[in-house]
Amino acid sequence: MGYILIFITAIFVNNVVLSQFLGICPFLGVSKKVETASGMAAAVAFVLTIATIVTYLIQIYLLEPFHLAYLQTIAFILVIAALVQMVEIVLKKVSPSLYQALGVFLPLITTNCCILGVAIQVASGTYAAPGLEHNLLTGIVYAVSTALGFGLALIVFAGIREQLARVAVPKGVQGMSIALITAGLLAMAFMGFSGVNNGLQKLFGI
Amino acid sequence: MNYLKVLLNGIVKENPTFVLLLGMCPTLGTTSSALNGMSMGLATMAVLICSNFVISLVKNVIPDMVRIPSFIVVIASLVTVLQMLIKAYAPDIDKSLGLFIPLIVVNCIILGRAEAFAAKNNPVASIFDGIGMGLGFSIALTLLGAVREILGTGHVFGVELFSDSYGALIFVLAPGAFIALGYLIAIINKIKN
Repeated sequence: MGYILIFITAIFVNNVVLSQFLGICPFLGVSKKVETASGMAAAVAFVLTIATIVTYLIQIYLLEPFHLAYLQTIAFILVIAALVQMVEIVLKKVSPSLYQALGVFLPLITTNCCILGVAIQVASGTYAAPGLEHNLLTGIVYAVSTALGFGLALIVFAGIREQLARVAVPKGVQGMSIALITAGLLAMAFMGFSGVNNGLQKLFGI
Repeated sequence: MNYLKVLLNGIVKENPTFVLLLGMCPTLGTTSSALNGMSMGLATMAVLICSNFVISLVKNVIPDMVRIPSFIVVIASLVTVLQMLIKAYAPDIDKSLGLFIPLIVVNCIILGRAEAFAAKNNPVASIFDGIGMGLGFSIALTLLGAVREILGTGHVFGVELFSDSYGALIFVLAPGAFIALGYLIAIINKIKN
């Protein structure tokens, strides 16, 4: 039950984009079309999950035993950059069709702050997992749910922006301005979920 | 090269937040109050000035192929130093900014300026570019933080403007960040034209 709670909390209640403000750049940058947004969401989900596992293992078996925890930021960003590059090479060989579909989004992921952000949260155990230990399994569940939350926010937002392109927006707020205000309204809608996690926690008896 | 022009370029003409729309994560995530916004802006500025300086010093030594990874290592080392300094001397700021301090590494402004300016110009000009861009970012974050704090609580920098029972709390919460920034960009576009 605890795992379901992490899942729902990370997707709806504490959404990575709309309430934690991680990964805003791709959220605003590649949300003009639903199709590209889905590509980006898939690429992020893929890299986020692998990066979280690898960085967690590095933190536990390399940085902590050798008292190098202060090197966390440098180690993680290098691992993520290398990982993105490796994923790119492997995908090119193993699944050219998926590689084609993700295209330009793969290299862009290195500087997506939700990857580094989630890796640090999982490695330092600062994410919400009521009733459960912070270990590799809860970390993976949290990473996958966060990636789904990112995908949900991105695709819903892209859908709204596709509709927005068809209406006459007042001249002053055209472009990024109206996109930000729309994102604000979407965040307000997601605020409706706040408190759901506490209710579920009671329901599950955690 | 006119250093004053380089300096003003970052503050007005190419303001990283309002014009280039870079570094949106810390812009939205840390501006729940003017003070938080200002500390994030100044922290980023410190890293930006140092990284611009270091990168323009070593630009001729780095092979072109491994340019970006080397820039990232330089920036990550500087951020680690800053993180330790903040933890030691300003634990309150560390607590309120939290995760966003290590995330300065992936702030597009810093890598963007390294690539677009420091890799092509001399160290002194790069320092001025860092100061200008850093100030532009700090001013933008402080302004957004102040707007959100005034509308949300009626306070700014600890001064009470009106009672917080008249404040619209939504502006301190997540949706207010998007909406306040959206309208600020609209106002600045209007002034510019």
